[in-house]
Amino acid sequence: VIDTPSVNWFALSPELILLGAASVALLGGAFLPAAWRRVFAAAVCALGFVAALVASALLFAESEDARNAVADAVRRDQLVAFAKMVVAGSGLLAVGVSYNRRESTERVGEYYGLLAAAGGGMAFFVSAHNLMTLFLGLEWFSICLYILCAIEIDRAGSLEAGLKYLIVGSFGSAVLLFGSALVYGATGQLGFEEIAGATDLFALSGDALLVAGLAMVIAGLGFKASAAPFHMWTPDVYEGAPTPVTAFMSAATKAAALVVTLRLLVTAFPDEDELWTVAVAVIACVSLAVGNFAALVQRDVKRMLAYSSISHAGFMLIAVAADNELGARALLFYLVPYAAMSIGAFAVVAARERELGEAVDLDRMSGFGWERPFLGVAMFAFMLGFAGFPLTGGFFGKFYVFAAAYDAGWAWLMIVGVAATLVSLYYYLAVIRAMFMRPSAELQFLPAGGAPPPERMLSAAVLGALVVTVGSFFLVQPIIDLARDGAATLPF
Amino acid sequence: MDSLTTVLIFLPVGGALLLWIVPFPRFWVGSLALLLSLVEVGVWITAVGEFDFGRAGLQLEQQQSWSSDLDFSYHVGLYGFSLWLVGLTVVVMAASIGYAFWAGRDRPRAYYGLMLLLTGAVVAVFSAQDLLLFYVAFEAMLIPLYVLVGVWGGAGRLGATVKFVIYTMAGSLLMLAAVIAYGLSQGTFDLIEAGTSSSEWIFLGFVVAFCVKAPLFPFHGWLPDAYREASPEVAGVLSGVVSKAAAYGFLRIAIAKFPEPAEDFQVPILVLAAAGLVYGSLVAFRAPDVRGVVAYSSLAQMGLITIGLFAFNDAGFDGAVLQMVNHGLISAALFLLAGGIERRAGTGDFARLGGMARGRPVLATMLMTTGIIALAVPGSSAFAGEFLILAGIYREGWVWAVIGAGAIVLAAMYVLRMISAVLHEREGSSVTEEALDLRPAELGVLAPLVACLLVLSAWPAGITDHSFPEEGAARTVAVELGSAASGGWTSYAPVAEP
Repeated sequence: VIDTPSVNWFALSPELILLGAASVALLGGAFLPAAWRRVFAAAVCALGFVAALVASALLFAESEDARNAVADAVRRDQLVAFAKMVVAGSGLLAVGVSYNRRESTERVGEYYGLLAAAGGGMAFFVSAHNLMTLFLGLEWFSICLYILCAIEIDRAGSLEAGLKYLIVGSFGSAVLLFGSALVYGATGQLGFEEIAGATDLFALSGDALLVAGLAMVIAGLGFKASAAPFHMWTPDVYEGAPTPVTAFMSAATKAAALVVTLRLLVTAFPDEDELWTVAVAVIACVSLAVGNFAALVQRDVKRMLAYSSISHAGFMLIAVAADNELGARALLFYLVPYAAMSIGAFAVVAARERELGEAVDLDRMSGFGWERPFLGVAMFAFMLGFAGFPLTGGFFGKFYVFAAAYDAGWAWLMIVGVAATLVSLYYYLAVIRAMFMRPSAELQFLPAGGAPPPERMLSAAVLGALVVTVGSFFLVQPIIDLARDGAATLPF
Repeated sequence: MDSLTTVLIFLPVGGALLLWIVPFPRFWVGSLALLLSLVEVGVWITAVGEFDFGRAGLQLEQQQSWSSDLDFSYHVGLYGFSLWLVGLTVVVMAASIGYAFWAGRDRPRAYYGLMLLLTGAVVAVFSAQDLLLFYVAFEAMLIPLYVLVGVWGGAGRLGATVKFVIYTMAGSLLMLAAVIAYGLSQGTFDLIEAGTSSSEWIFLGFVVAFCVKAPLFPFHGWLPDAYREASPEVAGVLSGVVSKAAAYGFLRIAIAKFPEPAEDFQVPILVLAAAGLVYGSLVAFRAPDVRGVVAYSSLAQMGLITIGLFAFNDAGFDGAVLQMVNHGLISAALFLLAGGIERRAGTGDFARLGGMARGRPVLATMLMTTGIIALAVPGSSAFAGEFLILAGIYREGWVWAVIGAGAIVLAAMYVLRMISAVLHEREGSSVTEEALDLRPAELGVLAPLVACLLVLSAWPAGITDHSFPEEGAARTVAVELGSAASGGWTSYAPVAEP
């Protein structure tokens, strides 16, 4: 007889709320008159994310003692709650970006339903505390995202993106699953802490099966975090997917994957840290190199941002590789401005796309800053933030990451990060250059017709992202306090 | 009134936000920005009144915790010498904003907001007493400068900004690594609490950043383009004020906090500075246009100031501070004059200029006066500054003093060549009857700068006796700025007994 484990429903409340919102949005999309569908589904989805954000915040406040929520499968602690807040916040901004989609009359219930469900999946994924829930969470949100990428089905790019993501993503999942199986085979355990315990107890450190499993698990998570060399899908999928979906993926998926990577490596494989710190550092360096150098030559802004997101995975993996509490704090802090900047930047691209009715390359950004000053200034701030300039939280993100690397005795990794930042300046400033320094008349691009649509929801989302980006610079203390509490639950 | 420093930083920043948020009409924007910059000068004069020049230590100090994690804070305050650099900043910025208001700039809300933001950032650099705040302000200067050059610059502005930003950031990011390494090894980023370090790598991280920003030879690749493509008032700010942030950084951080590496690297840095001094002077002598002369003379002058700083003695420090203020005022005035000449003749090329003195007495007088001070004629403030620098460096080796003295002769050559090419000789092809004399508004902008120079010429001790307290500059740098530094240059530098 298997005992039913006691379930801590409060720990699962963000997931449950988002699932509920997904169902309601889906039903609304099916049964309401066409005119109401969009407002209804978007509102339900937004409310779901707000409620999930509130629930995560409450969970953060109430989870000072880390404990397991459902047997050893689901964890309830402040690290989980922090990650859920980032996911829910990203989702909320993504709804704002999505609202004025051109295709917004068709499949609108499905779109918002899947968005909420993907958010729920990520919230579940970050609370994983054994390899089985980890895989389940991963598949849960991945399947939602596969469909979301392909939802503009009559556009070849979108379909291609969905298919590519499905194939490469499934491969990544399979690698992760196989790795998990090897780890299970070596240790006989699935729970993170139990794996560490068994490794210790049976002196398995360095065991070939375990190390192979660890490598495959890292690779599997690397696919989701779009770290090089597991990044091949990223530029195509980011370019082809509907821009609001790209915005959500680039922020929330990456945040979730990196937090889980951090927890898994630190809790389950403390004895192998000689190996995985080096492996993660190498992946970080490769991501920085590939992301930055490839971004240099991109003309398409979405593609450029995709490579930029690869390089940011590299920056955040530096924090993971540091393998100390400062590194964990650095990662969690970095996620906040990064998620905001990423969604904000894609939102601005989405606004330009809707205005011109075609894909946006650097030439098509020319003059945009003066034509629509609010979005222009916001994009300016996001680009400076990506490049780690002060007056944006991106600066303190990089500052903490480099400090963590230095603190871990890896000054060379800090220097690699510094060099990568320098390279990245060129392409981030190229966007600013196009927006503000080249008159649009020079290139003769006209908007698709008439004045640009007001897009209040998109502007609100951009404003929110801007507030977080700039606010996380001036208000370092409260965010770093949250990150400190979150990081404190990890056994360093 | 300890909050005066904070007011000096945030008054212009607040003004910038006001201009960006409230849609004032075109004329109002410029007047409001000019008014704010004049109020800023008034606040600075109040600060001078509040400042006790006899007292050692930080004054007008304010501290507010920013993050207790890794311990950095908003910590600002002023020393005597930083007070003068802040004064230079607010005066030059007011003149530049005045010039821009007169000349007229497109998109005025963005333009004046950025100028005000730049003012706040530069003042923050000179008053930051927390290393991270210093870095933030140092970087924050770059953002408005980038846009000011990139949007309102000349035809080659895009290339110029790319070069400028990449060069500067290459230095700055190494400085970020140095800041982190220094802060973590000291356990705090507070410049008052943190002690000295003997790490050569950290020292070099800072030095490279300051070398690029100053710039020192051979880190000056960005200089000619940026100074030529920027609008004249921005070029004036860039060479007059922003370059001083680097010299200030040498003094406040590289020399004060790293006494041993500073001594070890004294000769290499002096070699670079002297090379820049001679090279800059020679190129200035061969430069084909007004801006080229001013730009490369700026390179030369920054070399001279660095020589003064790395003399590590009272005369050197005093002379360097005086020369920073002198050069700031001279450079800003010359760039504004260059702007005036370009407006009239449509070019700054010497080949097409000449004979402008005839019928244009005000222009001729202003250019002559500034030029004569720039070439350090005895009795001028620049002479006082350069004399002190040479007297200081003479104690470190007569060779440096000889190079310095030789470069001053070169300065006379390039300045006189510029004056004669613009004002005298045969009337140039671009100088027509329509090229009028300086307008009263332009005179109103330039006269205060020249007046400041004349006052300093009459009374250079106004700065040299009021930059460091009575114990002497070298001792103050070692004890106050370096948190009781010992070893390195502090152990042998002639330190006056209190």
